[in-house]
Amino acid sequence: MAPNMSPKKVPIPEQTPEARVKNFNEVALGYTPEQAKEEATRCLQCKARFCVAGCPVNVKIPEFIKKVSEGDFDEAYRVLVSENCLPAICGRVCPQETQCEILCVRGKKGEPVAIGRLERFVADHAMEHMPQEIPEIKKNGIRVAVAGGGPAGLTCAGELARLGYEVTIFEALHALGGVLMYGIPEFRLPKKLVAKEIATVMALGVKIEKNVIIGKSVTVDDLFAEGFQAVFVGCGAGLPAFMKIEGENLNGVYSANEFLTRTNLMKAYDFPNSPTPVKTGKRVAVVGGGNVAMDAARTAKRLGAEEVYIVYRRSEAELPARAEEVHHAKEEGVIFQLLRNPVKVLGKDGWVTGLECVEMELGEPDESGRRRPVVKKGSNFNFPVETVIIAIGGTPNPLIRQTTPGLEVQKWGGIIVDEATMKTSKDGVYAGGDIVTGAATVILAMGAGKKAAHAIHEALQKKNSAVPG
Amino acid sequence: MYRILSKTKLNNNVEEMVIHAPFVARRCEPGQFIILRVDAEGERIPLTIAEYDRDQGTVSIIYQVVGYTTRRLSEKNAGDSIEDFVGPLGLATELHKHARVIGIGGGVGAAPLYPQLKKLSDMGVAVDLILGARSKDLILLEEKFSKFCKNIYITTDDGSYGTKGLVTDKLKELVARGEKYDEVIAIGPLVMMKFVSRLTKELNLKTSVSLNPVMVDGTGMCGGCRVTVGGQTKFVCVDGPDFDGHQVDYDELLRRQGMYKEEEAHSCKIGLRSV
Repeated sequence: MAPNMSPKKVPIPEQTPEARVKNFNEVALGYTPEQAKEEATRCLQCKARFCVAGCPVNVKIPEFIKKVSEGDFDEAYRVLVSENCLPAICGRVCPQETQCEILCVRGKKGEPVAIGRLERFVADHAMEHMPQEIPEIKKNGIRVAVAGGGPAGLTCAGELARLGYEVTIFEALHALGGVLMYGIPEFRLPKKLVAKEIATVMALGVKIEKNVIIGKSVTVDDLFAEGFQAVFVGCGAGLPAFMKIEGENLNGVYSANEFLTRTNLMKAYDFPNSPTPVKTGKRVAVVGGGNVAMDAARTAKRLGAEEVYIVYRRSEAELPARAEEVHHAKEEGVIFQLLRNPVKVLGKDGWVTGLECVEMELGEPDESGRRRPVVKKGSNFNFPVETVIIAIGGTPNPLIRQTTPGLEVQKWGGIIVDEATMKTSKDGVYAGGDIVTGAATVILAMGAGKKAAHAIHEALQKKNSAVPG
Repeated sequence: MYRILSKTKLNNNVEEMVIHAPFVARRCEPGQFIILRVDAEGERIPLTIAEYDRDQGTVSIIYQVVGYTTRRLSEKNAGDSIEDFVGPLGLATELHKHARVIGIGGGVGAAPLYPQLKKLSDMGVAVDLILGARSKDLILLEEKFSKFCKNIYITTDDGSYGTKGLVTDKLKELVARGEKYDEVIAIGPLVMMKFVSRLTKELNLKTSVSLNPVMVDGTGMCGGCRVTVGGQTKFVCVDGPDFDGHQVDYDELLRRQGMYKEEEAHSCKIGLRSV
């Protein structure tokens, strides 16, 4: 079949901005089988396979796309899931534009192949039409513990289970998924789908202990004493940072974590059917420019806020959020206050009434290579809001480093690992995801989990074959 | 799921449950708390651990039936299970081997006070106690405290038991008559802790309080429980729940406690999906 030489991706149907700001349903609706096949024929099946190298979990991209073009969606899924245990999730939240798609040869003249949309299509198709195929696994009886049931932990657990290990995930919350459940909103990543995809990992024989906090309920050393031979730590960068400005403890100021956790995990959007409330004023300012800030702003819109602002201290070019998220936020009417930085939350009778900001301009590049924002003197101004959401990142969970002697950490609290194996300074302990890198992406965490799983396998095979019996 | 092994009514409004929760029981210490969800659609609420038995793998919680979730909890009985029960959360109380300490328990605050005073007594510290409440039937755990407390003073707002008046009146009286204490541990309603701390600051008496603000996850992730202590923002769930009573900004915390007043009133009024 001759390749489809259209320079443009087959567009993905979406809810209109007017309709979607009134609901929590998913924004993008996904390809039809015909659209998927049409897009799949845009792939040239080139020998270079740059896309695969760009994928943190090395999905066999041309192979699965070939199967899609042939209309063999079941086989496409088998190819996909052999390298990636959470494809429906990755198809939605991976920054393909900076990983696989940016390397696609089709991108040189026109748009790259819509790898993310195809991944999503194949995963959704399998969920709806394919019975789960559980590979035959020969158990080796070796126990491995995974601290944290987010993307890193789930991936590590899934990989190890396939290799025959008896894996137990210890999760602090009442639901698995980490940021997939509490952070990323329903309209970007439906929770039913997250639950289903997690269930496919559990079906490999992974055990789960919910409501157990490593570092509180049980320590890493306890786990070794109980017979676990390796521990993977993937418990995230969950502690929210605040601005340390006046008025930040007023009623109406939230961390993005709290605002999103209340809304997503605790379903506050369904209050009073769900007993957890969340407060959203008519006017909401979200401080920060990353994906989490976009999620918070778009969530506030859906909770009924009339005016929602993104307040970010650099310019549009430096916004760390995915272009797609910024685009969606703009379509939904989120107002961007760029080159602005909050200096004070204004309040009356204990409640937020406004935000005082200063204007910024970009100076010389800083350590991050981005131009440093500098305050314009005397540019203070304020505007009325009832809710302020701080979305400026977080720091690693300290519970494990505080209770695990021998575990070396960075000054800022991240666990130090050997990047090739994700091995920490403590024997038998591996780590990956945001607790190593600081706030990053789902797919990087998954890549780290996968890498650690293979390093654990290698180390434990060596160890267990060295000891007779 | 976590089985309820027993349920006891302590008064009209306060109940005690013993829950089978081995992961919590084996490492918890006085001062720490748990978060529970009654059922799969429930909200998460924090409750302080009142007692624990490591061998049996059990933890006791004492709660006042005040809102939606505690009402749902109260509908459960021995033999039933609750959906989620996570802990131990927060830092254990730093208990010092003083010569003499006085505990002040206001209402249901007597429950979290109990394990702290018990442990102090086990450490050889002489322990006195003031229990305060609105009226006689709201005085909790007097008998259990009497097993190790040297002196127990009761105050009630209406004078139906003990001395009529506030716990602060009693403390003032004790200090005035020359009683010496190395530390005060006050746990109860925020307003009570605020006024105890104000008094003990004047008296130059070291004071520890235990805070119980609004929280979601209890592991430092949401920051909803932040409080200003000594001019710095702290997260009660990971930095507390015990703090130096003289450093806490009570007015800010009182205000923050009221953040969801409207919503709470709403869910109570409409009897939210009551069974």
